[in-house]
Amino acid sequence: MSWLNKAASDTQITHRSRLWLYCLATVIMLLLVIPTFIVIPMSFSDSQYLEFPPKVWSLRWYEEYIGSAKWMRATATSLKIAVLTMLVATPLGTMAAYALFVSGHRAARAVFVLLITPMIVPVILIAIGTFYAFGKMGLNNSITGLVLAHTALATPLVMIVITAALRSYDLDQERVARSLGATRLQAFFVITLPQIKFSVITSALLAFLTSFDEVIVSIFVSGGKTATLTKHMFSALRDYIDPTIAAISTIMVLISTILLLVTQRIGSRKKPD
Amino acid sequence: MAASAGSRLKHADALKRQNRLEQWTLLGLAAPALVVIVLVVLIPVGWLFYLSFLGGDGQFSLENYQKMLKYKSYARTFMTTFQVSILTTLICILIGYPLAYFLAQLPNRIAGLFMLTVLLPFWTSLLVRTYAWLVLLQRKGILNDFAIQIGLWDSPVKLVHNMTGTLIGMAHIMLPFLVLPLYNAMKKIDRDLMQAASNLGATPTRAFWQIYFPLSMPGMVAGSLIVFVLCLGFYVTPAVLGGGRVIMVATQITAILENQYDWGAASALGVVLLVATILVLILASRLFKLDSALFGKG
Repeated sequence: MSWLNKAASDTQITHRSRLWLYCLATVIMLLLVIPTFIVIPMSFSDSQYLEFPPKVWSLRWYEEYIGSAKWMRATATSLKIAVLTMLVATPLGTMAAYALFVSGHRAARAVFVLLITPMIVPVILIAIGTFYAFGKMGLNNSITGLVLAHTALATPLVMIVITAALRSYDLDQERVARSLGATRLQAFFVITLPQIKFSVITSALLAFLTSFDEVIVSIFVSGGKTATLTKHMFSALRDYIDPTIAAISTIMVLISTILLLVTQRIGSRKKPD
Repeated sequence: MAASAGSRLKHADALKRQNRLEQWTLLGLAAPALVVIVLVVLIPVGWLFYLSFLGGDGQFSLENYQKMLKYKSYARTFMTTFQVSILTTLICILIGYPLAYFLAQLPNRIAGLFMLTVLLPFWTSLLVRTYAWLVLLQRKGILNDFAIQIGLWDSPVKLVHNMTGTLIGMAHIMLPFLVLPLYNAMKKIDRDLMQAASNLGATPTRAFWQIYFPLSMPGMVAGSLIVFVLCLGFYVTPAVLGGGRVIMVATQITAILENQYDWGAASALGVVLLVATILVLILASRLFKLDSALFGKG
């Protein structure tokens, strides 16, 4: 094991004396990942009580989920709201991020801070506040209201991703295009957008997940026919442990894993090293 | 001479005007986003602020805030909230620092692979992760079974529906918020510095504590602050894993609305939560000059 005696860092510390760090980091990484994946085998159990490993394997809880009109309606609602949120928040956030980044206006920074307030204000306040205000505006239990609220939560994320992308992008390219006669709009769509498109896609996926996974605002603002998947899951969790949730969780974990891997793929294509 | 100076002035004026026009047009692009934020965040939260100062008779009054001083349950809620937030932040630092350090030492490509273990929980629904912990920690759950099998303890230990479960779940959910900024800060540390320290005779341990650790502080402070502030307003995990025994501010706000439908009291509690959050952010940014760490270029 000559590898153990090789230098592991800039201070010539050997891998051997670093072994504790490697073990510790491995344990922490396992602790991070296991709770995310543990629900997958459990969801295929036949038992009422969530066992691990399952004694009898079955698709019972998936059948329960697919057979239930309540769960299916909630899933459709959540998907609809998430897609709409993505379609609204991505252009809104991208436009705002671009505008504030390029404009040298004194107010730009203040507007930026204003736009990321949803990240600072505790979500519970946004939830009860919108519940109250939407009540007056007749927006509670409506798709419009939920999409509006989720857009507010997702826009700051989009803005932060796009601003980071613009920072590592050379804006002079756009100036060159404009000096050659392109309008600002043309320059943006032809020169800038293609170069930040991967960040735009990443931010769109983030916006989708933000809405799809959102719990607190949904608990308050959605209800009846527009109740979201997370709202039903939350009430099911508070009352008793319904194994159907294991099946739904598995599907949600798969969706996040796929979306994450897509963004990682995109990221590695963006900067080949 | 005079004429050309005059026309130059006119041109400069026109340019300035055009510049200003363009700045405003650009600012206008942010308007749709601003409208949404105003509708969903500023007006509703402002409304709550107003409600918190209305008494039972609809007149201006401070009774909602006086209630908070009068009843012990409010003080207890705030104590619990701060306790949970501080403990979660400390656990995250203890676990997150070694992990971020480990990742920062790896070559980029491998680090990216291991980084997936931090990003995956980050992208996974919080509800799903809370649920997973509920299942893992319950009386007949995997953890109890496993601990009894290897003889760690004899009979099932109560790990969930209490403070322990809440802290475990919260730390797991918050960890990525600490590790990501910390990792970025560590990546920015100039490697030559550690080599220089070593060249000058510092032991690896001394070089770490005197050079590396202080330089990683901005990332750690920024990460801890994000974790702490998020914990203050947390709702889902304490509600599910605390099982009614860990009452945080957000939990109490919901309870007041569900049981008493008392908007004034709930709003007042929310206003205090918001003010506390903002105070923590301002204090921390004053103390640590955080602007650049939190908002990028600042």
